[in-house]
Amino acid sequence: MALDIVREETVLGPARLSTAKRPFKRPTTEGPVAKAVLMTLALGFLGFFLVLPLAAVFIEAFRKGLGEFMLALGDPDTISAIKLTLTVAAIAVPLNLVFGVAAAWAIAKFEFKGKTFLITLIDLPFSVSPVISGLIYVLLFGANSMLGPWLKSHGIEVLFAVPGIVLATIFVTFPFVARELIPLMQDQGTGDEEAAISLGASGWQTFWYVTLPNIKWGLLYGVLLCNARAMGEFGAVSVVSGHIRGLTNTMPLQVEILYNEYNFVAAFAVSTLLAGLALVTLVLKSFLEYRYGDEIAGSAKH
Amino acid sequence: MTLNRKSFLFAAALAASAQFGGFGFAFADTTLLNVSYDPTRELYKDYNAAFAEYWKGKTGEAVTIRTSHGGSGKQARAVIDGLDADVVTLALEGDIDAIAKNSGKIPADWRGRLPHNSSPYTSTIVFLVRKGNPKGIKDWADLVKGDVQIVTPNPKTSGGARWNYLAAWAWAHKQFGGDETKIKAYIADLYKRAPVLDSGARGALTTFAQRGIGDVLLAWENEAFLAGAEFGEDQFDIVVPPSSILAEPPVALVDGNVDAKGTREVAQAYLEYLYSDAGQQIAAKHFYRPSNPEVVPAEALQRLPKLDLVSIDDPIFGGWAKAQPYHFGDGGIFDQIYKPGSSN
Repeated sequence: MALDIVREETVLGPARLSTAKRPFKRPTTEGPVAKAVLMTLALGFLGFFLVLPLAAVFIEAFRKGLGEFMLALGDPDTISAIKLTLTVAAIAVPLNLVFGVAAAWAIAKFEFKGKTFLITLIDLPFSVSPVISGLIYVLLFGANSMLGPWLKSHGIEVLFAVPGIVLATIFVTFPFVARELIPLMQDQGTGDEEAAISLGASGWQTFWYVTLPNIKWGLLYGVLLCNARAMGEFGAVSVVSGHIRGLTNTMPLQVEILYNEYNFVAAFAVSTLLAGLALVTLVLKSFLEYRYGDEIAGSAKH
Repeated sequence: MTLNRKSFLFAAALAASAQFGGFGFAFADTTLLNVSYDPTRELYKDYNAAFAEYWKGKTGEAVTIRTSHGGSGKQARAVIDGLDADVVTLALEGDIDAIAKNSGKIPADWRGRLPHNSSPYTSTIVFLVRKGNPKGIKDWADLVKGDVQIVTPNPKTSGGARWNYLAAWAWAHKQFGGDETKIKAYIADLYKRAPVLDSGARGALTTFAQRGIGDVLLAWENEAFLAGAEFGEDQFDIVVPPSSILAEPPVALVDGNVDAKGTREVAQAYLEYLYSDAGQQIAAKHFYRPSNPEVVPAEALQRLPKLDLVSIDDPIFGGWAKAQPYHFGDGGIFDQIYKPGSSN
């Protein structure tokens, strides 16, 4: 459909130039062979790298039937891993939501010295290997650090306990919300906010009634991505977890453990949960885009 | 506008509520943490249940034992960094020495505090071959015959792989009357036949069993038995060579941690129970060689045939403190004989 329209528009262009004896060929479209090859390549690539592995995960998980699958998920260590993962995401995502909005607000709506430096800092977790992200906390809170022993003498465990896992997850997922919002808010400019303030709105009112409605879809998208990564993070969490079974293993760590114990059904059963969370995230996002599509387009143009 | 914000907030609340599945970890009266290495998972699962029952019967106190498994060196590092282990049950003496040296939480003379050099069970290195032993591998000499390909992890990263290397060295030392040039030639030939060096024992087993690479896997005895149980008895044969190495995985109380937590008594009992009849039988059941075989039923011992075992403290190695840098340190013998890619 879209292609047809393009054809109509471009039909004049090449006709004027066709002095050569070659048969007429539209410059904006490819021959049927090239089309077929390109589409096969693209679909094949997609199938090979996305659909096939995803299908394999589900097939492996249900290889021995639904009973085994449920039994694997009922294991106490696995249940505690699921709970821990949800707990960590429930703490890390809201905090990153607040940090992300505050950072994006500051960067997009105000001019100040060191702004580029701040943007670089926000990007840091993206560019640093997750292993390093974990080791940072080992250095900060480990037994040989300054902080670790002092906190421990006051009864606070950070490393190899839930707080360490939460900290590492926050660090790794820090850029998601901010990165999603900064271009959107910069694009929107400060016009709406200036109008609101000139009409007598307070700072909070401006944020709540003007800025937030403008950015809500970008914000939701950022939160969804942040959540997916928070649940799926492996490297940084692996370093600070201590791998205590039933206590500090998150779902990705539990998958590795189960796999190493030749418990393939259980490993892939937990994997399907993680894959399922990713799928739910995508479906939720697609649904929102479909349901509120016009509005999203509207707010982006603001 | 209001409606939209409502639906947005609703979606956000929905997302949040999906995550609060419910908190709450169950804590028993006393909790012990055993930080161990990879292949002991099945062993300690059984042993923990047995000890909890024994302790409950003896003192009436409920004890929960948590375990953490990983590469032995990595686990030692975690304890040094503050992982709250009450006891460590690792693959190598050197790893516990590292904790003693770097954290001071274990006294330097830890090895003498429990019987048998603090090793309640031992193990050795055997050959796992394809069913029917098509290449006819029976002894260390057969590993370098014809086109035999071996699978072993990398001695630089894996504790088990070091035992593999030392077992081969011990055999060659006897075979060539201590002629180091010939020993080195044999070891070099051996590693030329390794198409891949995995980083750990479990990875090597997967390479051999699942990916079907190689003719023989140099493996921990207990891992070799486990492979049969996991991948099917009809797939592999275990070949016990006439001679091998005596691997003594040690255990130790982490004094610094148990004193801080007030768990010294139960942690000490946990380690001592390993030497009890019940503890020894559980070790044998999981294919570890009990340090006190008299208390183990004969049929469990039958699966662990007698062979000549050379200890790391034998003069040809001179203990870990000497063998480690000599063989596996930077520029050590392994570095001299193994060039990555030279197998092709």
